[in-house]
Amino acid sequence: MQGMRDMKVQPGERPDEVDLLPARELADVLPDPVVLIDAHGATRYANPAAIASFGALRTGTLLQHRFRSPEVQKLLMRALSDGSEGQIEYAERVPVERAFLISIKPLGTAAGLFLVHFKDQSETRRIDRMRADFIANASHELRTPLASIAGFIETLRGPAREDARARENFLQIMQAQTSRMARLIDDLLSLSRIEMKPHMRPQQKVELGPLISGVLETMSHLMRDYDVEVSFTPPAEPLSVPGDRDELIQVFSNLLENACKYGQEGKRVEISISEGYGSGPEAIVCFRDYGPGIAEEHIPRLTERFYRVDVEKSRVRNGTGLGLAIVKHILTRHEGRLTIHSTVGEGSTFCVHLPRG
Amino acid sequence: MQSSHIVRAYDQELAELGNRIAAMGGLAERMVDEAMSALVNADGDLARKVIADDAALDEGQRWIDEQAVQIIARRQPVADDLREILGTIKIAADLERVGDLGKNIAKRVVAVAEMRQPVQLFRGLEALTTLALTQLKEVLDVYASREVSTIGFVRNRDEEIDAMYTSLFRELLTYMMEDPRNISPCTHLLFCAKNIERIGDHATNIAETVYHVVTGEQLPLDRVKVDKSHQIVVRARTSD
Repeated sequence: MQGMRDMKVQPGERPDEVDLLPARELADVLPDPVVLIDAHGATRYANPAAIASFGALRTGTLLQHRFRSPEVQKLLMRALSDGSEGQIEYAERVPVERAFLISIKPLGTAAGLFLVHFKDQSETRRIDRMRADFIANASHELRTPLASIAGFIETLRGPAREDARARENFLQIMQAQTSRMARLIDDLLSLSRIEMKPHMRPQQKVELGPLISGVLETMSHLMRDYDVEVSFTPPAEPLSVPGDRDELIQVFSNLLENACKYGQEGKRVEISISEGYGSGPEAIVCFRDYGPGIAEEHIPRLTERFYRVDVEKSRVRNGTGLGLAIVKHILTRHEGRLTIHSTVGEGSTFCVHLPRG
Repeated sequence: MQSSHIVRAYDQELAELGNRIAAMGGLAERMVDEAMSALVNADGDLARKVIADDAALDEGQRWIDEQAVQIIARRQPVADDLREILGTIKIAADLERVGDLGKNIAKRVVAVAEMRQPVQLFRGLEALTTLALTQLKEVLDVYASREVSTIGFVRNRDEEIDAMYTSLFRELLTYMMEDPRNISPCTHLLFCAKNIERIGDHATNIAETVYHVVTGEQLPLDRVKVDKSHQIVVRARTSD
């Protein structure tokens, strides 16, 4: 405190910093997306938070073209015509569910400029939807093992009361069913964790070669269990993408687990990394198995929650029907894609495409 | 002074055309989304709202047509402006069709809701709608940003929609064969799926128009069609 008081500033000698603070500097550090538009609705400035949320908003881009819902149209039209302020809710369903409270206010001194402020409400919305989804999906999926456990308990208390062999057998099945339920809950939780994250592209740099080698190491027991040989050659040049480390580990683990699980008959799995070009330069990681392959009609549906090619087989192999849904969700957040190629009888290739920046 | 005033009025007219396209786009996106949730939740009120909303899209298209013709007649635009105006007419027509397809889905809500359908029947349709809406949003976003560098990619998304549609087609046929009582709702759902697939096609058309408007060039023709539903036959299982 003492030091502060010593720094005596003569009035007039150093004008108040706040008065001279450029508006741009202030807007640059705001955590909420903020856009300045002119009287036509054309973007004059978008702060970094806005660009992170909505992609490049070039100067001149008309805001009413970018946010097209009828409510936004009405809000902008009214504000731009008579300079009134207003506030509405705006929601985007695709590609990621997002909701904002948009408010518009004319700026005091800079005539003809309006400030448009976005308050992110996606999280509240997502929690609501998640609750509904969870009840719909999970209750159905949990009911099946629960029904079988209930059935066995009934048998154990009744007809099989004195039968030691049947008892052992039933208890074993019941144990398998409970661990299935536990796994299902784990997967549901990790899916909901990912869904809860704000929609913002991860910025951390992740090098793919070492990351995948790490995944292979932690999953070596699984490969031994399934008796599958996995080959992977890290790229000669380091290849990195902006991403969330833990989430990418989950993507590759899920794909590797699937390749071992459903390609077990093929005895081997190949992982490759390459560079490619989608909407921009991208890194491509492919998991190739030599299992029975997937019939064409199932391929577009694989990433749906609880979609299974073969319900029985999936159940036997401890599938929850959520693995690829999780993969897809994480990739969407990374602005990446999953492509699947498969030929029945020859095996499948799952490729992860991640934009390189 | 006089001439710059005229130019500004002209710019204003062009801007109004663009704004009207954006408004139509927003409404079309909303209608498709709401039609699908009306279908999934058997929500007759929402379906009626969607049907009523279509009038605004029709009106929008008529307005744009008239306005565009007037601008062409009065201003005799050339090059970029002419492309922009012709593009507006084409996009408005595509959006109007998207609205019609959404309305058609909404009209089927009552028929499908007559008998409570199992939820998995709708999952595929919802996923298909998400794909089509994503595509529609992407092209309209490009219309706003004029960043056409990603548009070829957007167009290729159509393949995904076609493949998904083919898969749904097969699934719905299977349901029909399992139980003849499913035939009526599944037929309606089949039409809904077809409508969504058509919406994807219109989004592709818009992508091509936007590309032409911005660059003055046509996108190459090498578009692959993977809708194979015309080949699908699901054989009846003989009783064993």
